[in-house]
Amino acid sequence: MSGAEWQLVGFSLRMALTSLLLVLPPGLALAWWLARKDWRGKALVETLVSLPLVLPPVVTGLVLLQIFGRRGPVGGWLHNTFNCDVVFTWRAVALALAAMSLPLFVRAARTAFEEVDVKFEQLARTLGAGEWRVFFTITLPLAKRGVLAGTLLAFARALGEFGATIMVAGNIPGRTTTLPVAIYAAVQNGEDTHAWTLAGVSAVIAFAAVFASENLLRRRK
Amino acid sequence: MNHAILTANFRRQFPGGPEIVAEDLRIGGGITVLFGASGSGKTTVLRCLAGLEIPDKGEIKFGDEVWFQKSGKQKAESRNIFLPARKRGAGFVPQDYSLFPHLAVAGNVGYGLNDLPATERAARVLETLRWLGLDGLEKRMPRELSGGQQQRVALARAVVRRPRLLLLDEPLAALDTPTRLRLRGELRHLLRQLGIPTILVTHDRFEALALGDDVVVLHDGRNVQQGAVPEVFSRPVNLAVAEITAVETIQAGRILEVRDGLATVIVGDARLFALAKDLPVDAREVYVCIRAEDVILMRADPVQSSPRNRLAATVVSLVREGPLVRVKLDCGFSLTALLTQPACEELALQEGEQLFALVKAPQVHLIC
Repeated sequence: MSGAEWQLVGFSLRMALTSLLLVLPPGLALAWWLARKDWRGKALVETLVSLPLVLPPVVTGLVLLQIFGRRGPVGGWLHNTFNCDVVFTWRAVALALAAMSLPLFVRAARTAFEEVDVKFEQLARTLGAGEWRVFFTITLPLAKRGVLAGTLLAFARALGEFGATIMVAGNIPGRTTTLPVAIYAAVQNGEDTHAWTLAGVSAVIAFAAVFASENLLRRRK
Repeated sequence: MNHAILTANFRRQFPGGPEIVAEDLRIGGGITVLFGASGSGKTTVLRCLAGLEIPDKGEIKFGDEVWFQKSGKQKAESRNIFLPARKRGAGFVPQDYSLFPHLAVAGNVGYGLNDLPATERAARVLETLRWLGLDGLEKRMPRELSGGQQQRVALARAVVRRPRLLLLDEPLAALDTPTRLRLRGELRHLLRQLGIPTILVTHDRFEALALGDDVVVLHDGRNVQQGAVPEVFSRPVNLAVAEITAVETIQAGRILEVRDGLATVIVGDARLFALAKDLPVDAREVYVCIRAEDVILMRADPVQSSPRNRLAATVVSLVREGPLVRVKLDCGFSLTALLTQPACEELALQEGEQLFALVKAPQVHLIC
């Protein structure tokens, strides 16, 4: 593999990891909320969270473009306040990957939380623990495997993301181009060897992540 | 029951389930047993007291502190109060112990002491483990412990925080029989040493008798009788309590006359004398309750000594029950006696034999 190819793989991995950092805090909160609480409009939130799974990724990208573009509500505010642009930068890449992998993570983490018997949480409360302590010392450790499996799945999904990424981040070599986008571009340019090399790398990483995830889930049983 | 430290009046209805009612529940400072058959609502009452279940309405007070208050009306004048479990300072030991599976023994026991400095916490944990004979097991995981050890770790975890109240749900039910019998005596000793007011749920009559100072009898989701254990077990207020407390002889009878505080009751073909002090004046139809251990058997016709019931009886059957023998007698009605093996041998009891059964009048309990 050439230096440029290594750079590409490194960038894609970094972006996938950054997107995980974006996914984890809201993802854990949302998963816990869905697993443990009942509230009005829960079904609506459930649907919204899962929507990016079935919506064409390009549509998700389009929505993100609207919101985070310089004329969008969030993008405009970021530009005016921090002089920080999102669209067509590495930030847009991380954002697109996060939006696309959040549903997978939330589904996995929610199932993991639901499998934790509430009796342990109740007992911790009788021992004086508040809700944060219960979550971090009881719920999360007991759901560890499922949450980790979900993280790996989200990571693998992020690495393979194409449609949303190309909408909000475009294809700027060395700045926003990720593996799938590079593969698409390579095929367009007739660079078949290049495309197959990158495809091979993608397959190896995806295989490793999903394999590890499946193993984590199986060992829990 | 002496001075009540916890009083409760509440209702809890599960969707599609029976309504659980705790009415004028008064818990004293010693060991109080919540006693009843499975499904009678014992665990629900305990969980409401622990703050793990929220009653639909009612009140729970610990001393002057209100733990729960909610009136049934929509627009209540008084505020609704619910003190969460973590603020009640009540140690809870559930039936399956619920030891945290991802923490070692020391982590489990020390969980509730996180506000203490690490060294002090370790010292308290060790002190409690020593007291319960669990030292050396600090690093074991819960799954590596025997049932009896798990039970004591759960108890340690609850008491290490020095709770104001201890709630135990069927603490011995998850154990095999030999362990249960051994730990029954041990548990009483430990609870005595602690001196923490304790509420203990059980469906086992022997556990209730062995462990309790006071007892609250639950039946069909309601508390039907409360008081000192000997009082409740020998003087059940109604048929349901008599049956739950397994009074061996319960027979329908009719009051013939009441004179000088002594009632004469016709039961089957026999006449019995009973104390009439708690009896309503107009009582006619009654149930006669006699505990088997209060029946004395004799070969010879004893000298008449009032107020004693002396009944000519025929032995119907002899059944060995561990160290005891259950003797069924026909003395005009069916009467059950419990004798020790040696007592049985000394009398040379055999089925079909004639003898005399004695029951003191105060031990014949009448239920209207």
